[in-house]
Amino acid sequence: MGLIAQVGQWFDRRLQLAAPIREVAEHSVPRNTASWFYVFGSAALTVFILQLVTGILLALIYVPSASEAWSSLQALNHDVALGWFVRAIHGWGSNFMVAIVLIHMVQVFLFGAYKFPRELTWIIGVFLLLMTLGMAFTGQVLRFDQDAYWGLGIGASIASRVPIAGPMIVKLILGGPIIAGATLSRFFALHVFVIPGMLIGFVALHLLMVIKLGINEWPMPGRLVKKATYENEYHQLTRTDGAPFVPYAVWKDLFFAAFILIAVAACAVYFGPFGPTGRPDPTIIQTAPKPDYFFLWLYGLLSYLPPSMETPALLIGPVVAIAGLVLLPFLSGEGEKSWRRRPIAVLTVLLIAVTLGTLTHLAGFTPWSPHMNAWSGDPVPDKFLHGSTALQRQGALVFQGKQCRNCHSIGESGGERGPALDSVAVRLTQDQLIRQVIQGGGNMPAYGKNLSPAETTALVAFLETLHPAGQAPARDASREIVTGDTGQKTADPGQ
Amino acid sequence: MPNENTISRRGLFMKVGILFNGLVATALAVPVVGFLLSSISRGRGNGYLSWVPLGPIKDFPEGETRLATFRNPFVTPTDGKTVDTVCWVRRVEGEQFQVFAINCAHLGCPVRWFPQSGLFMCPCHGGAYYRDGSRASGPPERGLFEYPYKVQDGVITIQAGELPTPGSPTASLLREKPPCAAGNDLAPRNDLISIDGSKLYASRETNALPGEKKPWA
Repeated sequence: MGLIAQVGQWFDRRLQLAAPIREVAEHSVPRNTASWFYVFGSAALTVFILQLVTGILLALIYVPSASEAWSSLQALNHDVALGWFVRAIHGWGSNFMVAIVLIHMVQVFLFGAYKFPRELTWIIGVFLLLMTLGMAFTGQVLRFDQDAYWGLGIGASIASRVPIAGPMIVKLILGGPIIAGATLSRFFALHVFVIPGMLIGFVALHLLMVIKLGINEWPMPGRLVKKATYENEYHQLTRTDGAPFVPYAVWKDLFFAAFILIAVAACAVYFGPFGPTGRPDPTIIQTAPKPDYFFLWLYGLLSYLPPSMETPALLIGPVVAIAGLVLLPFLSGEGEKSWRRRPIAVLTVLLIAVTLGTLTHLAGFTPWSPHMNAWSGDPVPDKFLHGSTALQRQGALVFQGKQCRNCHSIGESGGERGPALDSVAVRLTQDQLIRQVIQGGGNMPAYGKNLSPAETTALVAFLETLHPAGQAPARDASREIVTGDTGQKTADPGQ
Repeated sequence: MPNENTISRRGLFMKVGILFNGLVATALAVPVVGFLLSSISRGRGNGYLSWVPLGPIKDFPEGETRLATFRNPFVTPTDGKTVDTVCWVRRVEGEQFQVFAINCAHLGCPVRWFPQSGLFMCPCHGGAYYRDGSRASGPPERGLFEYPYKVQDGVITIQAGELPTPGSPTASLLREKPPCAAGNDLAPRNDLISIDGSKLYASRETNALPGEKKPWA
């Protein structure tokens, strides 16, 4: 007997783990589950382990102190050999983990795997998703930069809207009255001890249940789940059409896990680490904080909710969403598993995916935000001033000087908060332009207090020139009849 | 085999042991919970608030809005730069001020003042406020948060110490406007002029030319 075998036997007589491990590895799974659709759970586990390892490596250098965290991240990026790479792997691993967990969840949902007897596996999976998102948010806070600082402010503002307990929750989250040293320390404790500890425990439970209950068989349209018969049918299936998990199915998991690790490493090398952005100094206000990728949809949603709906949506929305996910296996614990016969399930997934995708896309270029530097940027393009009168040119200056372009674009440059003004004269008459400028409305501030009559006259004179050549500007027909005045600027430059 | 209705000596000891552990755990839970909630209990009843100076009022010209920096009244050794905060100080006239929190009333992002258009604008979700802090447009439900202030010996001092959020004391101390006035800022105020025809350009905040023809008249 070889030396290695002898050492192995010595350990196994004491550990007695070889037999149970072999039993788990070789347990029979339905042949049709050896599919590329069934690799996302193991991929999520792989990335989780990657995050644990790289997280411990980062903790060797990182200092969880509000006064030094940012500097220690700079040291990781620039001074410590390969520190940038470990940071990049951890950051990209986080993105990949959120994405893979979501894909895993969609696959499980569409394959009906949450139905009897795997309800609890699904519910624990929901908790694992929440903890993964919790790790993503707390991790973003540990990258203690401007985005983290103001992101905490956003979190505190949302929490403070809870009726009665809001201010107390804010102080509990921040560890004090403001975002400061205690805040970072407690997010460090959450990110490094509390949530990972819970994740490890719940992942172990999740895996144990997958092994004990068996992997979900490939759903066949028309093969309905019934509580009375399902377990017998499943065991029958694994006996008649089963195969040992190792090696029959595991090779696809192994290939995919390796592929994901390569993808994370490739992103890390190519794109590098995330931030840190500017110093977490609240006196630097020239910043436009943005959350990490997986929370961008929320950032987008928050700008589109009407003010009256925001607090209810922020406080009730997550509760409804989580309750819906937890209750799902109880609402449809039996019946059809195949997505081919569950059109509502497929449409729900598509709707959510399109919604999140659209909001994420919008948050990428924030059409709702004023362009803070547009007023000092490009001047009004020449083509809008050809043949214009002195008054109209004065109006163009007012247009530039009063930051109209923070929100309105002209010549395809400027903000997108309000409508583009290249052809505004076609839409609004002179009176309507004056009213809109002075009183605002429709989400535009009123400028009545900030424009003199002379400025308003000049500005409106300029705005009235903004119509495509060959297209007449809007005019007030009734005014023409009553006063005989056309009410419009004509081509007469002497007017 | 002991009778099921009787209790064995060891069984009793086990139950007493569990009870004993329960009592100790409860006793230990009191300081543990107290520690966990200390950040709340310390701030009870505006306990975090304190008066901090922003500087001599001559630094703030009348009719202008300027950025002022102050240090939070509570500082711990690991806070770094985070305890230095800024606020917008608007000197209306004389010793009449408005001190606005930098945090947008929507979700706390830093608002910036644009004197040319007389607006505070938020870079996050597009909230905008007029020069008096009232809501102009965008997602905020209300005007900017205001710090209580006082002027003593030519120095302006504000009551600060908490991150201004919709639930914080700073927020509740703000003079709230009636909801009908919050949306379009058309309600009459003492220090500002409403848009009601002739009165409009009487405001000292505009550079209206007397007798100038109103473009809509």
